[in-house]
Amino acid sequence: MTRETVLNAGLMTLLLVVPLAAWTFDEPFLITLATRAVIFAIAGIGLNLALGFGGLVSFGHAAFFGLGGYAMGILAHHAQTYTALATWPVAIEGTKSMPVIWLMAIGAGALAALVIGALSLRTKGVYFIMITLAFGQMLYYFAISWSAYGGEDGLSIYVRNGFPGLNTMDPIQFFAICYALLLIVLLSVNRVAQSSFGMMLRAARQSEDRVQAVGQAPFRLYLTAFTISGAITGLAGALFADLNRFVSPTMLSWQTSGEIMIFVILGGVGRVFGPVAGAALFILLEHSLGGSSEYWHIYLGAILLGVVLFARGGLYGFLAGREQADD
Amino acid sequence: MSWILLAEQTLNGLQFGVMLFLMAAGLTLIFGVMGLINLAHGSLYMIGAFAAAGTAAATGSFLLALAASLAAAAIAGVVIEVTVIRRLYDRDHLDQVLATFALILILSEGTRWIFGSFPLFLEVPDYLSGTVTLPLGVEYSRYRLSLIVVGLLVALGLFWMIARTRVGIRIRAGENDREMIGALGVDISRLYTLVFALGAALAGLAGALIGAIQSVQVGMGEPVLILAFVVIVIGGIGSIKGAFIGALLIGLTDTLGRFLLPKLFSLFLEPSAASSVGASLASMSIYILMAGVLLVRPRGLFGGT
Amino acid sequence: MTEPVLDVRGLTKSFGGLVASRNISLGLRPGEVHALIGPNGAGKSTLIKQIAGNLRPDSGRVHFDGRDVSDLSTAARARMGMGRTFQISSLAMEYTVLQNAVLGALGHRGDIFRFFNRAMRDSDLLEAAESALEQVGLEEFRSLRTSDLSHGQRRQLEIAVALTLSPKAFLMDEPMAGLGAEGSQRLVGFLDGLRHRAPILLIEHDMDAVFSLADRISVLVYGEIIASGSVEEIRSNADVRAAYLGEEAS
Repeated sequence: MTRETVLNAGLMTLLLVVPLAAWTFDEPFLITLATRAVIFAIAGIGLNLALGFGGLVSFGHAAFFGLGGYAMGILAHHAQTYTALATWPVAIEGTKSMPVIWLMAIGAGALAALVIGALSLRTKGVYFIMITLAFGQMLYYFAISWSAYGGEDGLSIYVRNGFPGLNTMDPIQFFAICYALLLIVLLSVNRVAQSSFGMMLRAARQSEDRVQAVGQAPFRLYLTAFTISGAITGLAGALFADLNRFVSPTMLSWQTSGEIMIFVILGGVGRVFGPVAGAALFILLEHSLGGSSEYWHIYLGAILLGVVLFARGGLYGFLAGREQADD
Repeated sequence: MSWILLAEQTLNGLQFGVMLFLMAAGLTLIFGVMGLINLAHGSLYMIGAFAAAGTAAATGSFLLALAASLAAAAIAGVVIEVTVIRRLYDRDHLDQVLATFALILILSEGTRWIFGSFPLFLEVPDYLSGTVTLPLGVEYSRYRLSLIVVGLLVALGLFWMIARTRVGIRIRAGENDREMIGALGVDISRLYTLVFALGAALAGLAGALIGAIQSVQVGMGEPVLILAFVVIVIGGIGSIKGAFIGALLIGLTDTLGRFLLPKLFSLFLEPSAASSVGASLASMSIYILMAGVLLVRPRGLFGGT
Repeated sequence: MTEPVLDVRGLTKSFGGLVASRNISLGLRPGEVHALIGPNGAGKSTLIKQIAGNLRPDSGRVHFDGRDVSDLSTAARARMGMGRTFQISSLAMEYTVLQNAVLGALGHRGDIFRFFNRAMRDSDLLEAAESALEQVGLEEFRSLRTSDLSHGQRRQLEIAVALTLSPKAFLMDEPMAGLGAEGSQRLVGFLDGLRHRAPILLIEHDMDAVFSLADRISVLVYGEIIASGSVEEIRSNADVRAAYLGEEAS
């Protein structure tokens, strides 16, 4: 067993034990914090697929996170107001069912990523960063000016959406749902990373020339990765909105894109479990520093600066060394 | 629709455009010469605005306030360049984005810590307030007209500097070949600091000038920063000319879109729907413009091939 | 005479005022090593890029394996069987030696949109990769990270990856660089055998290697082929001596 495997197991255990302990000692706030970390981790895993494996520095992942959030908000809004989402060309009703909402969020994230990716991937480097940022802003301003769904004020839902057989309003049960989804996403992404696709994608990040020389086109790899990435981040967005029972344009803002990036960087770019560590560390910092000082962003900025300038591998690079080759 | 209103909105678009140019010029110079993507450029805009508001409150002089904005932003630029930015030139874009994002967090919270969360206001001086009557009977704000003039003068000055002066020659050399300029015996790190300070000063000036129309508050820089990104992406990163054309395009598209689109939709939609759809589309118009430009020219209008 | 596998006709490319390729025509026939030599800055790399499809020529066509490939992408040309090795190593540096070879086999097989298989446990891919590594003599380094290889070993790995593609022609950009005398000699021997599997368009600075391997030599100076012929013809060509070999000697 490598150090990385031990670290992965330890991390996942910790993320499970803390909320369970909090549940035992009746500390619902801690459970909510852990749930936030889990959801942020999923969002980060989504971005990591594009950024870490594909080298696509997307500064617009808030778009997919927010779309997932709005998928939840809009469906639940129509369900709680008993209005139809659309009557033409087909009648679409709102819903309060989590699995249906997840599917819609995944679909919305994937579709948006497919369109944004197809346009943005025509460019490279710094253009790509700025264009993804700009597309994110485009959706942000669209949401602000779209008064039917709350505009700047966002949308609230009264009751958390339902999952068959569970009481989702109970923090620990909602946590369990999110944790299970995190596990599924992690295991899937771990497999994808080792698959033919993953292997070619990671090669494209290292050398596009190489991928072309072995007869493959980087563009299709990138677009596929970007689309899956948007889908995963969209799912995280739906969960986040459900956690807060609220969605607003803030979820689409460029700061959100920056934060999702921070999860990936703090944990370690390109490491499958990196975003989990990054998100957990982010929540820990936010809670401990945010509690002691209202200016916690200064500390966050200083830590981020330190990581970028002096510890580029993030937490995983620091604790587990460089990535092991998997053969 | 009145033509006078349209003329006024066009001037507003022009004014917005030249101010965007002040931001975009620095960004595109810094990218062209040093290959650096600087998210903290919006923070320099904010610093300029705060320095101006503080100075105006203390001295009552608008010109001193502008001078302070230039100086404060340039000094902040030098400090940032020497302490942080310098370490990023050889790094990849991801590191640059993250480190300058970290700088935004630090600078924004730092400013909030010093000045508090309440917005400050910068008064337009008497000699620039009121309106002037332009040909064809268009009444227009004297201050906004001054912004257009100042913006155009700065643009002319920049073009002149880059085409004619020694610093300009070095900047162009640096854009073409970073090793060559080192070989010419130019102190490259001083040139970099200088270019960064120049870009910072322009951003600071823009912040102060705009601060007198809007309020001066933490977070004011980032929306402008993102628009400036759109500008230089459209214009072609590294091209001052592209930044200028792009800035005017964005300024006019955004302003006229907000003015005209709701009217356009009111021709065939009921008023409330028209204003809602029009406003939504208008807020997206510049991004649609950007996507369109990139479809045709992935490296922007003046970004080469 | 047999049909050339690769047939370049009248390639011209200029950057601004600088003509990097001027009306270049050359062919590569089955079984031969065609060496392309010329001083630095003569436009050799620009030419290779146009043949491989990274650069679009201003005019001229490239025919490969009986087809006009001028409008095909780099990847499509590689799939048709252009096996390229790079001057500046373009390997996946974080991958192991074996992973790079498997990557070649995977690209060649083409089923890259599989998401839940394990590429490094695919016996077909591993077999192809290991056989290629064995041929270039890198099998004992299979678990090494590519970034830890010497420059010479990276060149060998480039060739191994090209081998996994079962190419119809090799485009090799300075494969000897960084090898040292003994390594060069071994590689010359290897390439000499390789030509019978697929012909080689060889860009090389090592004149001993060129003279002992090449069936034909073309000399590129300032974007133009100033001479083309057998080793003997090139050795005795006065223009070549003046423009190139003389320069080397001084």
